Amino acid sequence: MKSIVIDPITRLEGHGKIHLFVKDDGELANCYFQVPELRGFEKFAQGRPVEEMARITTRICGVCPDAHHMASAKATDAVFGAKIPSAAYKLRTLLYNGFYASDHTAHFYALAGPDFICGPDAPPGERNILGVIAKVGLDAGKKVIAQRARGQRVIEIIGGKKVHPVTALPGGMSKRISKEEQQELIKIGEDMVEFAKFSIQIVNDVVLANKQYVDMILSDTYAHKTYNIGLVDENNKVNFYDGKVRITDPEGKEHCKYEPKDYLEYLAEHVEPYSYLKYPFLKKIGWKGFVDGVDSGVFKASPLSRLNVSDGMATPLAQAEYERFYETLTGDGSGNTPVHATLATHWARVVELVYSCEAVLEQAKDDEIISDHIFDPPKGIVGEGVGVVEAPRGNLTHHYKTDENGIVTEANLIVGTTNNNAAITMSIKRAAEGLIKKGTEITQGTLNRIEMAFRAYDPCFGCATHSLAGEMPLEVIVHDAENGEVIQAARQNC
Amino acid sequence: MAKPKLAIYWAASCGGCDIAILDVEEKILEVADFFDLVFWPCAMDFKYADVEAMDDKSITLTLFNGAIRSDENYHIAQLLRRKSVVLCAFGSCASEGCIPSLANLTNLNSILKYVYLESPSLSNAEKTIPQPKTKVPEGEITIPRLWNTVRTLPQVVDVDYIIPGCPPQSDQIAAVIATVIDILKNGKPLPPKGTVLGATDKSVCDECTRQRDIKKITEFIRPYEIIPDPDICLLEQGIVCLGPATRSGCGAKCVSAGMPCRGCYGKPENVRDQGAKMISALASVIDSTDPEEIARIISTVPDPVGTFYRFSLADSMLRRAQL
Repeated sequence: MKSIVIDPITRLEGHGKIHLFVKDDGELANCYFQVPELRGFEKFAQGRPVEEMARITTRICGVCPDAHHMASAKATDAVFGAKIPSAAYKLRTLLYNGFYASDHTAHFYALAGPDFICGPDAPPGERNILGVIAKVGLDAGKKVIAQRARGQRVIEIIGGKKVHPVTALPGGMSKRISKEEQQELIKIGEDMVEFAKFSIQIVNDVVLANKQYVDMILSDTYAHKTYNIGLVDENNKVNFYDGKVRITDPEGKEHCKYEPKDYLEYLAEHVEPYSYLKYPFLKKIGWKGFVDGVDSGVFKASPLSRLNVSDGMATPLAQAEYERFYETLTGDGSGNTPVHATLATHWARVVELVYSCEAVLEQAKDDEIISDHIFDPPKGIVGEGVGVVEAPRGNLTHHYKTDENGIVTEANLIVGTTNNNAAITMSIKRAAEGLIKKGTEITQGTLNRIEMAFRAYDPCFGCATHSLAGEMPLEVIVHDAENGEVIQAARQNC
Repeated sequence: MAKPKLAIYWAASCGGCDIAILDVEEKILEVADFFDLVFWPCAMDFKYADVEAMDDKSITLTLFNGAIRSDENYHIAQLLRRKSVVLCAFGSCASEGCIPSLANLTNLNSILKYVYLESPSLSNAEKTIPQPKTKVPEGEITIPRLWNTVRTLPQVVDVDYIIPGCPPQSDQIAAVIATVIDILKNGKPLPPKGTVLGATDKSVCDECTRQRDIKKITEFIRPYEIIPDPDICLLEQGIVCLGPATRSGCGAKCVSAGMPCRGCYGKPENVRDQGAKMISALASVIDSTDPEEIARIISTVPDPVGTFYRFSLADSMLRRAQL
C-alpha cells in the first residue's frame, strides 16, 4: 500500500487536504478528503444579540458574506416575527443579484476559466487568470475586472460596504437609495446584461466549439448521480433569495419541497473523525456512506443543482440559455432530465450569471427601490427563526433560537459548500480512480484533472477564496506506506 | 534589476482580505507588474515547500491576514517571518483577532462538543469528534491541532506594520500599495516600525458626518428598535456605536449606511484597549452621576463584552474568558 497526500490544496479557505491510498499494483484503494479547520461560529454566537448575527456571520466568509448577511437577516426577521416592507425586500434581492453577478464572474473567468480557456494540459504557469487574459486579450480581461467591480458597487450602494455589507436588519433595511444611486444601478444593470451576452459568446466559442472540452464535460470521470437541492419560486424557477427548498432525485423526480423552517425534517449531518467538516445528507433517505444513487442520502448543492431542481429561469435570456444547456447535454430542453456531469456546473454558473445580470437591470428600474419605507421596527418576539438563501456554492441555512430578550441561545448553520462535502469527496475519488491506475505516471495534467473534479464546486470551506487566478496548488507525494520512502513526487507550480 | 518579491497569505480568516485586495480593480495589474508575486494561495500555485526553499529575508514584503488558531497557522507565521524583510499584519484578524476571536469567550472543548455532539441537525450516534490523528484501514491520516485560544499575529511573531480593518478598505489598500511602490522605486525610507498604515490617527467620529449635540441618554436601545434620525449621532440616540473607540480610515461607511460602528478598524492611536476606551466614551453620554443609576443605564447594553470587543478580543487586556 502506498500513500498519496495532496496537501495543501488551496483556493479553498483553510487548506483542504486529500489523502489517497494506492495499492501496490497502482490501483486506488481509498480516498479521504479532509477539511482541517473549524472556527466555532455556532458556539460563540451564543450570548450575542440576535440582530448582530447578520453582522457577525458575514465573517464566516469574505467571499460570500452577502449570502450569510441575507440568510441571517431572514432568520432574524423570523425570530422577531417581522414582515419587511416591500421596498426592503426588493433592495435585498437587488443586492443579492448584484453579488451573484460579481461572484459568478470571478469564479467562471478567474478560477474555472483557465482550465477551459487555456486548456487542462496548459503549462501550470499559464493556467491562471493572466493566462486567460493572454488568450482572450487584455481588453477582455479588463471587462472581467469591470464586471466584478460593478457587482461590488451594487453591494456597496445598497449594503454600505463592498465586503461585509451591514444594512439588512430585522424588519428591513437601514439605508435608503437616492434617485442618483438608482440611475447608477440602472447603468450598471445595462452594462451587466451586455457582459452576460459576452459570456454566452465565450461559452460558445471557447467551450462548445471544442469537442474535446464537451467530451471531457460529459465523461464519466466527472459524473455523479445524486440528489440535488435548491431554492425555487412559486413557479419552480431558480431563486437565490427566497422561496421553498426543492430536492429532486437522481432521475429528476421531486423528493420533497419544504419551507425553510422545516429543514430539520429533511436534512441531517454525519461526522467523520478525520475532518472538521460535517457531511449533510437527506434524513429520509439516510447516510449510506460515500456512494451515489437513489438509495444514498448524498446530495449536491451548486449552480447545476439549482438548475436541476428547477423548471427554468425567471428572465428571458437566462431561460433561453437554460433550454440550450439541457438541449445540448441531455437532448431535452425542458430540463426534466437532470445533468449529473460535475464539470457542467461551470456552464450552469454562466446560465445563473445571465439571470443575475438581467435581474439587476429589471430590479434597478423598479422605482419602489427609492422608497423611504424600508424598515418597520419589529414588535414582539417569536424566539426562533430559520433563514435560507442560495449561496453561490449551495443552499445556506441559518437557524437561531433566542431568549425573550433576543439573545441567542442556540445557532445552527448548514453552509453552502458543506452540503457538497460528501459529493466533493466522491468526485475526487472518482477522478482519482479514473486517473491513477496501474503503471500510470502522475503528471501535472493528472493533478490538474483531480483538482478540476472539485474546482467545479467552487469550494468555499469555512469561507473559501476562489477569487483571482486559476491555480489550486496541489502537492502529490507518493510514498511507501511500509517504510515512508518517497517513491514519486509531483508538484504544480505557477 | 530583480523585481521586489511580494507574498500574500491567509491564516485563520474569511477570505475577505483577499477580496478587498481584488477590489483595487485594475490596479491589481500594476501590482502583478511591479512585484514578483512569490506566494498567494488564492491566486498563485506556490506551496509551503517553495517558501521553505527560499533564502531567509528573500521576500521583500508579506501581507499576512488571518488569526493564529492552529499549529499550521503558527508554523506558517514563523516561516513567513523568517523569509520576509517586512511582515505586515493585514486586516483585523491578524492584527487584533477580529470576530473569530470571540471564540475566546468559550473554549475549544465547548466548541467541539456543540458542533459535533449537540447541534440540532446532527446524526452522530457514535458521538464522533474529529481528531488530529485518525487510524483508517489503509493507514493514518491527520489534520492540524486546533488551539484553545485564538491569537493575533503580533502575539506569535515580530510584526513590522499593521494595516487595520475588516476588511481594509480598497481605497486604503490602493494608497498603501502606491506608497510601497514609491518607497521601493525611489529608495525612500521606511516608516517607523509599528506604524499603522492605511488609516488615520483619529477616530471614526472624526470622519462621521452625523451631528453631535452632547445630548445625554437614560437608556441604550438596540439598532432594530427605532428608525434613527439620519443626521444625528447614533450614540446620542441611544444606539451603542463604537465610533469613539475606533480608528478612522474606513470612511465611516457603516454609520453613513444607518448602522452603528462595531469597531472593525481597531483601537485608535495611543489607546491600549478598545473596550475600555468605549466604556469611557459611554460614560460621557450617560445622563447621571449616581452610581446606581449609571449601573442601571449600562445594564441596558446587551452583551457588553461581545459588543465592545467585537473585533479586538484577542488583542485586548482581557484576551479570553477563563472557564
